[in-house]
Amino acid sequence: MSRFGKIARRSFLIGSAAVVGGVAFGVYKAKTPFPNPNLDDLAPGSASFNPWVIIDSDKITLIAPHADKGQGIFSAQAAMIAEELDVALDDVEISFGVPDRAYYNTAAMDAMAGYPMYDNSPAAERMRGVLGGVIKLVMPMMATGGSSAIPDSYDKLREAGAIARETLKLAASQNTGVPVDQLKTEGGAVLFPDGSAVKYTELAELASTIDPVTDVTLRDPKEWKILGKPMKRADMVAKSTGTLQYGIDFRTEGMLHATVKMNPRQGGALNSYDASAAENMRGVKKILPVQNGVAVVADNTWRAIQAANTITFDWGPAPYPAEQDDHWHTLAGAFSEEFLNADARTVGDAGAAEGTSVIGEYRSPYLAHAPLEPLNATVLVTDDRVDIWTGHQIQTMLEQRVADITGHDVENVHLHNMFMGGSFGHRLEFGFVDQAAEIANQIRGTPVQLTYSREEDFAHDYPRHITMGRGVAKVKDGKVNALDVQIAGQSVMKSQMGRIGMSLPGPDAQLHEGAWDAPYFNLLNLRVRSYAVENLAPVSSWRAVGAGPNVFIYETLLDEAIHAAGADPLMERIRLMGHEPSVKVLEAVGDMCNWAGADLGNGRGRGVAYGFSFGVPVATIVEVVNTDDAIKLEKVWVAGDVGKVIDPVNLDNLAKGGTVFGLGHAMNCEITYSDGMAEQANYYDFEAMRLNQCPEIEFRALENGEKIRGFGEPPIPPSAPALGNAIFAATGKRIREMPFNKHIDFV
Amino acid sequence: MKLTVNGTPHEVSVEEDMPLLWVLRDELGVTGVKYGCGVAQCGACTVTLNGEAVRSCQVPAADLEGAEVTTIEGLGTPDNLHIVQQAWEKHQVAQCGYCQSGQIMQAAAFLSQNPNPTDADIDDAMSGNLCRCGTYPRIREAVKDAASMLQGA
Ligand code: FES
Ligand code: FES
Repeated sequence: MSRFGKIARRSFLIGSAAVVGGVAFGVYKAKTPFPNPNLDDLAPGSASFNPWVIIDSDKITLIAPHADKGQGIFSAQAAMIAEELDVALDDVEISFGVPDRAYYNTAAMDAMAGYPMYDNSPAAERMRGVLGGVIKLVMPMMATGGSSAIPDSYDKLREAGAIARETLKLAASQNTGVPVDQLKTEGGAVLFPDGSAVKYTELAELASTIDPVTDVTLRDPKEWKILGKPMKRADMVAKSTGTLQYGIDFRTEGMLHATVKMNPRQGGALNSYDASAAENMRGVKKILPVQNGVAVVADNTWRAIQAANTITFDWGPAPYPAEQDDHWHTLAGAFSEEFLNADARTVGDAGAAEGTSVIGEYRSPYLAHAPLEPLNATVLVTDDRVDIWTGHQIQTMLEQRVADITGHDVENVHLHNMFMGGSFGHRLEFGFVDQAAEIANQIRGTPVQLTYSREEDFAHDYPRHITMGRGVAKVKDGKVNALDVQIAGQSVMKSQMGRIGMSLPGPDAQLHEGAWDAPYFNLLNLRVRSYAVENLAPVSSWRAVGAGPNVFIYETLLDEAIHAAGADPLMERIRLMGHEPSVKVLEAVGDMCNWAGADLGNGRGRGVAYGFSFGVPVATIVEVVNTDDAIKLEKVWVAGDVGKVIDPVNLDNLAKGGTVFGLGHAMNCEITYSDGMAEQANYYDFEAMRLNQCPEIEFRALENGEKIRGFGEPPIPPSAPALGNAIFAATGKRIREMPFNKHIDFV
Repeated sequence: MKLTVNGTPHEVSVEEDMPLLWVLRDELGVTGVKYGCGVAQCGACTVTLNGEAVRSCQVPAADLEGAEVTTIEGLGTPDNLHIVQQAWEKHQVAQCGYCQSGQIMQAAAFLSQNPNPTDADIDDAMSGNLCRCGTYPRIREAVKDAASMLQGA
């Protein structure tokens, strides 16, 4: 048995994450880099100094391996390399590269070390280091998720740029005899003391013959020319001219179009079907079985969808309660030792604490991801190799799954990762790629593009997990004295990992994330417990995952307590807060809206909420006005601390977009089940926010945090409770259930 | 039937009820126009038909005889951006970008009819176009900026 196989038989628990393997091999092994995949088919005369930089005689190529779902990481990765390499982004090519373990993500594991993300103590850091090392040895996974792409890339990519730069200088020095320390670099060229210059591309051939210089020092951010300054994203012109190719736009000679119909009672059996009407429809080439469903292959996507809609099915029942009420009943019955997921946090004694009680029960529904580009994947299987064109967040694992389906060696399975028209967690799932591979494997030699209809995409979304919260707060002497927060939810990690054959033997940290680690350290009495149920609808990570529902529960209960105490919602939060960067975001957002001095008048209200997720503190204030009989969102202020800003423009876009996303779903969206099927089929049932409901949003970035962080998810959690708290301030009506439009109308 | 797409004449032979969206994407290979919902809910498929913004998923092939269709590719090119595209680039509007072909086509057609819109006009004109990434604040800025650029032009 191989060494990997032996390690894999042991497993141990760190924090809430089960990690297969052991630490016996030592961190030093984990630090040895994987071989550079670019060297495999490098053209003669080209140089690749590391997995991220390739230079040949006519161009410089930067590899940006993290998947881009819209968050702008394609451009940001290239900018990090370019900053140290001294090249302009306009003068380079940027590529997603080929999936390889060399691009494994260590930062994604940081959240799983069992320590709050603000804890940078030696013990916490050691555990994160160990986790990163273990992952590298047993499962070096190339993945984009958990707002980890920026922290994962920040040092590695700047180092990659610096290594390439220093190696090119060494080559120039060897060529001319000018000592390296007299050489400078600028604009993709090495500059000599006499003012002459030689382009990197001219040095590529020589540089390819020398060992890369690895002893490099990163520049002080004060010297940055690209990073930290407003940037133009590299994909912006293409996305504004219809020239960017998403997965769904991929075209190749002889390609056919397919669609699938799967049991809308997710995971239920396919008993029988009748496709006789579809068989003779125009353009239909084949009707093929796939696991638990049927595919129609045609010469046009619309024809495939039309034909699929004529197939009649006898589907088996859902392996979970058929009716939505029973999902809520299951959660309501889960607040007991039997379902205990974790005693996540105990400070003082919340049960015995003195004060007047404030009691609430909170609900957060299932939510579809519904990115605007429907799920799709194009696959070509031949006897020798498999090619896949799709956008996916877990690239290396995807290749292995397809290899298992088609029977090829994984070395012969090639994913060409594509830009995604959104994901929000949808493209962490594998089902659509499995099905495309199953179809293509039955028509080897013919490339086939599988596209889900929007309706099929809704029916087969694995939504955000359903959550119920119960809270008791105690208030005394005008202050919040205790919070007891209990959260019951469908275990999202168990459900998601179960679909890829992995188990989660420990508790699911997502069921208390954002509540157990909210750094209100001056709260004297606190208890956070979570309860896990299984066997409800299959669920998946949805942008911000557990922190979304949990921060809604925590911050709504806290707000109720603060109002009961007669305290100021912002000042009391600041008083309770014990984490300096978090105090600063609360103060910033208060300053931005002139919280203390504003005279709002009748019918207007402001609500504040704070959320800590993925290492990022965010504070949001929403102002609403109660017009005749509907609520109008007027203005929102958001402050967040990412440690270090890479691109202030893109960060601003993410802050506002994330806030719109959080608000829109809190206002207008839920997925409910009836007869085992999702009742919502298209955007008319699931609108989130449209432009007419969008408030003016102002954002301020802070840089007090110790570490650099990603911002794709952190704006989401505080937005919903800030809105609910604002509605209370404006109307006196406390809404404890999302979507809010079940309880109040919006303009 | 015969139709013109971005100035190029084409002849296609398809079912009468095949939507223009799929004629463009799967018959003619014009992929800047996007499929999002198929039921007039998202606007990702917006093109202009004889100068009017339409949801191409709702226009059957039967209505296309002699039609002049413009898609995002025909509005401007990376080297020669239309004013609305310039505004989109200037304001760095896109995140995933999947909705933006439709947003830009909607904005361009709207501004050509209403070159001096109020905020309420913009909200009315643009609310049929969903953006799942939530780029609405930048869409508003870009539309306003494009309006003033068009007036200066
Ligand atoms: S695809 Fe036509 S409006 Fe959505
Ligand atoms: S930018 Fe992603 S849907 Fe609009």
